[in-house]
Amino acid sequence: MEETRDSIADIWGERTPQYENWPVRVDQRLTEEPDHWVQSACVLCSNGCGMDIGVKDNRIVGVRGRAVDRVNHGRLGPKGLHGWVANHSPDRLTKPLIRRNGKLEEATWDEAMNLIVQRSKELIEKYTSGAIGFYTSGQLMLEEYYTLGVLGKAGLGTPHMDGNTRLCTATAAAALKASFGTDGQPGSYTDIDTTDAILLVGHNMASQQTVLWMRVLDRLEGPNPPKLVVIDPRKTATAKKATVHLAPRVGTNIPVMNGLLNLIIQAGQIDESFIKAHTVNFDELKKTVAKYTPEYVQQLSDVPADQLRAAADILGSTPTLLSTALQGVYQSMQATAAAVQINNLHLIRGLIGRKGCGIYQMNGQPTAQNNRECGADGDLPGFRNWANYEHVKELGRLWNIDPDKIPHWSPPTHAMQIFRYCEQGSIKMLWIQATNPAVSMPDLARIRRILAKDDLFVVVQDAFPTETTELADVVLPTAIWGEKTGCFTNVDRTVHISHKAIDPPGESRSDFDIFLDYSRRMDFRDKDGNPLIGWKTPEECFEAWKECSRGRPCDYTGMSYAKLSEGSGIMWPCNEQYPDGAEHIYTDGVFNTSADYCETYGQDLSTGAAKPQDEYKAEDPSGRAVIHAVDYEPPHEIPDDDYPLWLTTGRVVYHFHTRTKTGRSKELNDAAPEGFVQLSAEDAGKYGITEGDWVEVVSRRGRVIEPARIGEIEPGLVFIPFHYGYWDKDDRKRAVNELTLSEWDPVSKQPHFKYAAVSIRKTDPHSIREKVLSTKDELVEVVKGVVETVKSKL
Amino acid sequence: MHLGNYLGLVHESEQELAEALRKVGAHHADEPDIFQICQLLASWSDQHVQQLKPFIKKYSEDRSSEPDKLSRTLFDEPRKGSLALMRDLHDLWLLSNEVELCWIVIYQAAMALHDKELEATCNELSGQTKRQTAWLLTRIKQSAPQSLIVAA
Repeated sequence: MEETRDSIADIWGERTPQYENWPVRVDQRLTEEPDHWVQSACVLCSNGCGMDIGVKDNRIVGVRGRAVDRVNHGRLGPKGLHGWVANHSPDRLTKPLIRRNGKLEEATWDEAMNLIVQRSKELIEKYTSGAIGFYTSGQLMLEEYYTLGVLGKAGLGTPHMDGNTRLCTATAAAALKASFGTDGQPGSYTDIDTTDAILLVGHNMASQQTVLWMRVLDRLEGPNPPKLVVIDPRKTATAKKATVHLAPRVGTNIPVMNGLLNLIIQAGQIDESFIKAHTVNFDELKKTVAKYTPEYVQQLSDVPADQLRAAADILGSTPTLLSTALQGVYQSMQATAAAVQINNLHLIRGLIGRKGCGIYQMNGQPTAQNNRECGADGDLPGFRNWANYEHVKELGRLWNIDPDKIPHWSPPTHAMQIFRYCEQGSIKMLWIQATNPAVSMPDLARIRRILAKDDLFVVVQDAFPTETTELADVVLPTAIWGEKTGCFTNVDRTVHISHKAIDPPGESRSDFDIFLDYSRRMDFRDKDGNPLIGWKTPEECFEAWKECSRGRPCDYTGMSYAKLSEGSGIMWPCNEQYPDGAEHIYTDGVFNTSADYCETYGQDLSTGAAKPQDEYKAEDPSGRAVIHAVDYEPPHEIPDDDYPLWLTTGRVVYHFHTRTKTGRSKELNDAAPEGFVQLSAEDAGKYGITEGDWVEVVSRRGRVIEPARIGEIEPGLVFIPFHYGYWDKDDRKRAVNELTLSEWDPVSKQPHFKYAAVSIRKTDPHSIREKVLSTKDELVEVVKGVVETVKSKL
Repeated sequence: MHLGNYLGLVHESEQELAEALRKVGAHHADEPDIFQICQLLASWSDQHVQQLKPFIKKYSEDRSSEPDKLSRTLFDEPRKGSLALMRDLHDLWLLSNEVELCWIVIYQAAMALHDKELEATCNELSGQTKRQTAWLLTRIKQSAPQSLIVAA
């Protein structure tokens, strides 16, 4: 076996110090010598590393990083090097399943698709297409999202379509729209190579995007290393490398960010001419942040005043700055408001649109960006504005349909609201693709109850049996990465093509083919009676998508499958003006905020109230960025006598999401086989807990039992990774989302996973007491289910 | 002078709005957003009630019975069924508009009296009232199609 490095033991590998030019290092792991290599990119985090798939006898036998790729220069992380083995997992789904007499039984594609189509038609006839909802993914390909977006919006005309991207990147999109007028990341990964300072907010890059972190580590070892400011309540691997590490109490990102902005404004370290020429609403920000003195911030967040000053000194004086944010911002209190303050920092210092000055409002998933671009998350394709009727008409012309077919009469329905409509019974068919809400949504007992409802027809499209397929009425087996061709786009707007390397197992089909089949069987047609969806292959779909993207910020018109297959990925916008893609956007300080171009007319960041079109037009920012100022609001659930500790959730380096792929790699699974609860030595002492003890963690919504891991976290806070569910181990409740809150950020509608109040105590999962308690939990769930059924029948 | 009357009216209307927001928030806590946002908006109205106190003292409040008439029809019993949320939001919108109109009326009087402090307070508080109304309208627009057309 040819393995260039042991990525399990040494996650980031050997250093190749750099400034301006990141050296190539090709990481490879093979189990056999391949016959040939197929160009692809990695889908096991949001980084988007270029990768070749090694194939022998129609099987994947390994992977290697693509040396020419602009994202990774040949490197791969542990998940990328190991996760591919899941393609050949013996428990792949290979035949459609239909629930008959309470049991999932094998069926033909015709039977399964006919059932879905028959149910769809009945529901539309009786209740309109508002009775049908879609919950999709951040794992499909661009062509699949676009096909889904068109069939949902122009075929069915349902507003109920969202993705699990709602749980991971919705705030990134919301923050970019709020500040710059549309979604679209201003930065490039090459900013790391030259920047003088990096600010990471709630983003454990070392663990989440290991290859991006290699790029940072190589800067830290090279000449002119950047200064690092890390904001994270845990002493993560990222935080350990920080020049200044701020560890705020959970839910206090706004006080910390406002405090930093205030110090920078007070010190006069702002770019007044940039502010004047390219922004609106700075005075409001200045007024709002004025009261966030270091002492007041310390009172709210526990961040020592002198540390805040030290961080502000770096951020206020650095000539170039790269900032990143992830779930510590997006899944926390005041998510969009806090993410926007990072944009504000760059705006008031004029550090945007040039080398070394990037903002990565990071994504959590490899293809989340495409979900957002193509309109599979409720937004309109091409970052169009659903409240702008001219944009709706554009799509009507493009698709040759009556624009009023496109749901634009009310805001798109977001994930948790879709589940709420299912709970209330107004959505009667929920079609889930490539995601596992029975582990990843908040308040799992409730989600299980909803998915199990008799009057909800649940279709699940997946490659593996999951906790969610268990609750389905129809299961469709899918082809995954490596088994189909398609494109996807990462955080720095780099588009990669991933070619089909091997055939999918058994009868499984790509999501793309399933959507086309559904459209054909539903007989969706345009105004002239032609099939609504004219494309038959991913490449034809890509060509159609290019037309949809024309003239919009995410312009793909200069790309083609041939060009994408030439070597490295290509950044959008790629068009006549930028035939090879644009490294930075907003280089001239002109943003996408003009009333006829913007993706949103804006929302109140505290309530989510939509600003009407006429109000926006009356003060049209016309290309200037919008600065938003927000005051601190405390979280809605805070520790008390009964639940005295904060809970927060997150990832471990070896796993992705609910481990459907990474849990099937022996090496990755052995490296992180089990969940845990991380707590401080102080709290461990207080509760008499030692390393490895079983700990019961209880919130108002549920309880889990996890082994203890002690240290590297602030007292008063406990952390549980979110990867672990029940498909491979069902001896106890261990999914952290048994505990989390059913509530969201008012703007991005992203759930608040990053805080809940909990109690803990040492326990023994095999004691009689635990057996009785878990039986009681199960009984309570059953009774609640029965009550819901009775209620819905009354 | 009837300014005191109107200050009394807005005072009671704000109290009533806060109370109604809390009731609706509690009735519809199973929605992903209603409880949190209603709590937040209610806290704004609470704050308004506090900020009104010096002016009420100054213009010797003369209590009006007007808002009581409104309150009798609203929110006595939790409403059931799929239209309940829609109807509750509808009534909250009426209440917040009542408050908004009071601010306009009082602001006119404050200008005529050259009471700069009252003018400033009207400006500040009516801004927040508008944000309450705007959220209610946004949420109503989101709910309307599903409640009126799809839900049983």
